[in-house]
Amino acid sequence: MRRALFILLRNPLSLIGIILVAVVVLSALSADFLTPFPADRGAAVHFELANQPPDWPHIFGTDLVGRDLFSRIIFAYRISLFLGVVVLAIAVPVGVTIGLVAGYFGGWIEFLLMRITDVFLSIPPLVLAMSIMGVLAPTLTNGMLAVTAMWWPWYTRLVYNLARSEKEEGYVLAAEIIGASKPHILFREILPNCVPAILTKMTLDMGFVILIVSSLSFLGLGVQPPTPDLGSMVAEGAGYMPDSWWLTVFPGLAILFAVFGFNLLGDALRELLGVEQ
Amino acid sequence: MTSPTLRIDDLRLSFRTWRGLTEVLHGVSLHIRKGERVALVGESGSGKSVTARIVLGLLQELKSSRIDGVVEFEGRDLEKLSAAERHKLRGTKMSMIFQDPTTALNPVYTIGMQFREVLGRRVKGISQRQARDVATAALADVSIRDADRILASYPFQLSGGMNQRVMIAMALANEPSLLIADEPGTALDVTVQAQTLQLMRALVERHQTAVLFISHNLGVVREFADRVYVIYKGRIVEHGTAVGLFADPRHPYTRALMEAVPHITGGGIPEIDEESAAFSAPMAVHEGCAEPGASA
Amino acid sequence: MTAPILSLQSVSKTFFLAGREVRAVDDVSIDVAEGECLAIVGESGSGKSTLANMILGVYPPTAGTIAYRGTPLPARRELKHRRLIQFVQQNPLSALNPQRSVGVSLRLALDVHGIGKKSERRAEVGRLLEEVGLPASFMTRAPAALSGGQRQRVAIARALACRSEIVVLDEPTSALDVLVQARVLRLLQELRKARGLTYVFITHDLSVVRNIAERVAVFEKGRLVETGATGTIFSTPERPYTRRLIGAVPVVTDAEMALREQLTEEFTGERNESA
Repeated sequence: MRRALFILLRNPLSLIGIILVAVVVLSALSADFLTPFPADRGAAVHFELANQPPDWPHIFGTDLVGRDLFSRIIFAYRISLFLGVVVLAIAVPVGVTIGLVAGYFGGWIEFLLMRITDVFLSIPPLVLAMSIMGVLAPTLTNGMLAVTAMWWPWYTRLVYNLARSEKEEGYVLAAEIIGASKPHILFREILPNCVPAILTKMTLDMGFVILIVSSLSFLGLGVQPPTPDLGSMVAEGAGYMPDSWWLTVFPGLAILFAVFGFNLLGDALRELLGVEQ
Repeated sequence: MTSPTLRIDDLRLSFRTWRGLTEVLHGVSLHIRKGERVALVGESGSGKSVTARIVLGLLQELKSSRIDGVVEFEGRDLEKLSAAERHKLRGTKMSMIFQDPTTALNPVYTIGMQFREVLGRRVKGISQRQARDVATAALADVSIRDADRILASYPFQLSGGMNQRVMIAMALANEPSLLIADEPGTALDVTVQAQTLQLMRALVERHQTAVLFISHNLGVVREFADRVYVIYKGRIVEHGTAVGLFADPRHPYTRALMEAVPHITGGGIPEIDEESAAFSAPMAVHEGCAEPGASA
Repeated sequence: MTAPILSLQSVSKTFFLAGREVRAVDDVSIDVAEGECLAIVGESGSGKSTLANMILGVYPPTAGTIAYRGTPLPARRELKHRRLIQFVQQNPLSALNPQRSVGVSLRLALDVHGIGKKSERRAEVGRLLEEVGLPASFMTRAPAALSGGQRQRVAIARALACRSEIVVLDEPTSALDVLVQARVLRLLQELRKARGLTYVFITHDLSVVRNIAERVAVFEKGRLVETGATGTIFSTPERPYTRRLIGAVPVVTDAEMALREQLTEEFTGERNESA
């Protein structure tokens, strides 16, 4: 514990990362109490307040139908984080398992699994997501499906390389000679040694998932109105620049804030857990 | 009187960690005169390798380390030299041989290219032909006669013993006045290790090179060194000539080490404590082995 | 007459490296008697580690059989075979899983082989630790909190956990400091006596062999070139290779020097092996 503090305090950027992420996560979790106008998260309309610049009580201003921008941004965080968690909750177990199996068993299993992974890796992520959503309907579920489909191969690559070096370690040989089962060796012996690297990557990826979901929404392929989303808010406001600058600037800054925070936290974790790059 | 090649006086080293300052060397003093082979013997964590790294000037640049005491190389205080000047000493006046020759050599360059780089540290812009001639002579010194083939090879194409000899040739090619050998040959088979040591011994004798020989192996030290320092937990506990020390070990720690070594004449495995209060007894210095310039 | 606990008959192992056939172990036959410590010595590339891996069932021999008390062991070992032959490896740093506690690592062998009741296994882990000279409280520690010698003791405890009869020791002390080495070697001797274990002790360190093994098998380039009682091998080795091995051991006493000189006297070895 004291060692953790020593490492974190030595690098002020880590501390900033922790604070940024804490602010984002806590505000998203307590959005119902924290936001001044929680009802504005949905399809509310207040034409009398439409398109007002930042002022009290609408500190970030209001959007084209008069909803409080600040409240909508906080609720958008909630959606983004939720999407991030869901995407990683599916992509990580799938990617990790495939990586472990390919790295440990080798031979034709490795060849088959890694070539499939390579195919996914060779398609630019946004293009893959857009084509999946083009074929299917542009719903939130499909959006998540698309993002998940392009996310798991990165975990496979990561864990595959780790597993290949871990299986040469003496403790794996010892477990084999004792007669431990393959699932035991994969998930109880090798996997724990991959966890620090996986955790670090997951933290960094939270930021990237938020970014990619926002990008898709910006293109109109992600979260659909009236659900608030940072990407679609930026897209909506873009037409009203520079007069109604707050419509674009605040959601944009909100994306930056979250992505930057998760990146700094990821770097801090990497150092703390001693993950090699 | 000329100054010794290397003189270390009351050297202390601490590292800043999350627990605070940890001292790993508690006032180490030693010296090596021209052409002398001096061994620093100790177990892992005793401080023998960090001492070598300080002499090479590698720890001075580390932010988390604090070094006190004097390290003098040919009468010049290393502390007063700039990082650039220390860097210039390495590989020219001071060189090093590592434990595992296969990893110490760069696998992507041929031996010839690496030789030229080493020689270029002393003679700027040495020509390819000159470098090859010097390298060939240096390899002949370590009984490698087919120099052309070796120079064209990559390290992984050669055996461990051959790489070790190449390392020795490279380390001595610039005629250094001090050679630091950190557990040389430990990664090799015993027969190859024995050959390597014989070769190295003959060479440094001929070139009058001073050697700081770092090892945990008493047998190897006995065969190689003139004088021996035994180091335990960051302190020198015994200092004497190799002959004197092996015939009459005086410090309890040295005695324990000698007893613990299994003998090829048999006698079983002795019952010995890994640690003992007696090991922190004051230093035992053999007759005629005082530090130069010591007040006592 | 009873069959030896372990018997190797014409065992060979061939590997294919870059299309070339390499005979790592070449037609080796040797018996190991119950309760003895047999040392397998040789330089790197002599095939001693390959032999160990075959005895342990990491891979099967290309030809020949390995028998336990007269019954040939199958190429794919079953659990009951694995239990009999266990392993202590050279590097104590990598031998224990850094992410799992000492107790969890030790318990694996008990769980896999169903030794004792589930509720008693924790106590058994404590007993094993005490048997190798460590406090039972070490079971909650991470390997990183242990010294090299302590880790090697845990590795020994793990090899004994499933009540093995034969332990293959692959350079078990060569990564340790001299004082620690002496303690671990003594422990190994005591355990062998107390449990009636059989050791196959693989090492390049002949001074250790002299003091721990009853019998020595010398390997050169995959072949078994000389076997004999330890005393005989060290006083009157037959093969020049054996003499050269003993002659190269770094020694500390004058008596040892004398022995070495006596062995190398009549023998002038070929110098300068090529690359």
